[in-house]
Amino acid sequence: MSSPSDKRSYAQTKPGTELPPRQYQVTRRDLVRYAGASGDFNVIHWNERVAKAVGLPDVIGHGMLTMALAGRFLTEWAGDPGAVTEFGVRFSSPVVVPDDDKGATVEFAGTVTEQLDGNQVAVDVTARSGEAKVLSRARAVVRLA
Amino acid sequence: MATTTDAAGRTYEPSQPYEVSRVKIEEFADAIGEPSPLCRDRAAAQAAGYPDVIGPPTFAIVVTAGVSGMIVRDLGMNYAMVVHGEQSFTHARPLHAGDVVVTQSTIEKIRQVRDMTMLTTVTQIRTVDGEHVCTARSILVERGT
Repeated sequence: MSSPSDKRSYAQTKPGTELPPRQYQVTRRDLVRYAGASGDFNVIHWNERVAKAVGLPDVIGHGMLTMALAGRFLTEWAGDPGAVTEFGVRFSSPVVVPDDDKGATVEFAGTVTEQLDGNQVAVDVTARSGEAKVLSRARAVVRLA
Repeated sequence: MATTTDAAGRTYEPSQPYEVSRVKIEEFADAIGEPSPLCRDRAAAQAAGYPDVIGPPTFAIVVTAGVSGMIVRDLGMNYAMVVHGEQSFTHARPLHAGDVVVTQSTIEKIRQVRDMTMLTTVTQIRTVDGEHVCTARSILVERGT
């Protein structure tokens, strides 16, 4: 059960604070599960033949799944899944998900850039998969305790 | 393809009401690996000050599912050549189980950049009682136009 002590303190979170980096795996199975949960059944997210036919290197993950993982990165840091009040990203490069047991690894990092009103902080997030920068202009406003 | 820039400013009819359910929130949280009990257990969410289980930061995309497809069809775009360029959410509060919401979308702008058409759509999510919950802004990019 969440208690006040699980939530990160605004007073102690100054600009320049680095979020501890996290790595999440994304397999083909995860793409199927996310397609069902989100209602996005675009075939490039599960069918290699079609993905390659439209010029992609392989099946790619939903951009919104990458954004959701970035959101999870922020809410695990904040200690509250309701803490993200504003959140925006640009999808700069796709997450390529090979057909194996390991899938793709997406690495997240972040930095607090400002303290705002209402116990909120602004955070810049980075997301990489292999050599690719998969999100750019990824910024959030997170409400802390 | 001929996405006319005349469509800029077009506002679509409000959607049918969508009832946010605990089961769907939990399914979405499972799909993205969000571990919080606040996305699964009503008592935990209420102890944390929420009316019921809450959606994680990008859950609004489930509520707006279908908007991009509708607009792509309405404008005669080629879905096979459309990629998600950017996405943002501004929340007045998290969506929670029991919310009954309606979405309404407006085409904010259409820009031609080299061989791409960039379509910006703003979608408002409000409860059936008129409470604004979330503003979602999306940029879709149609390649080869």
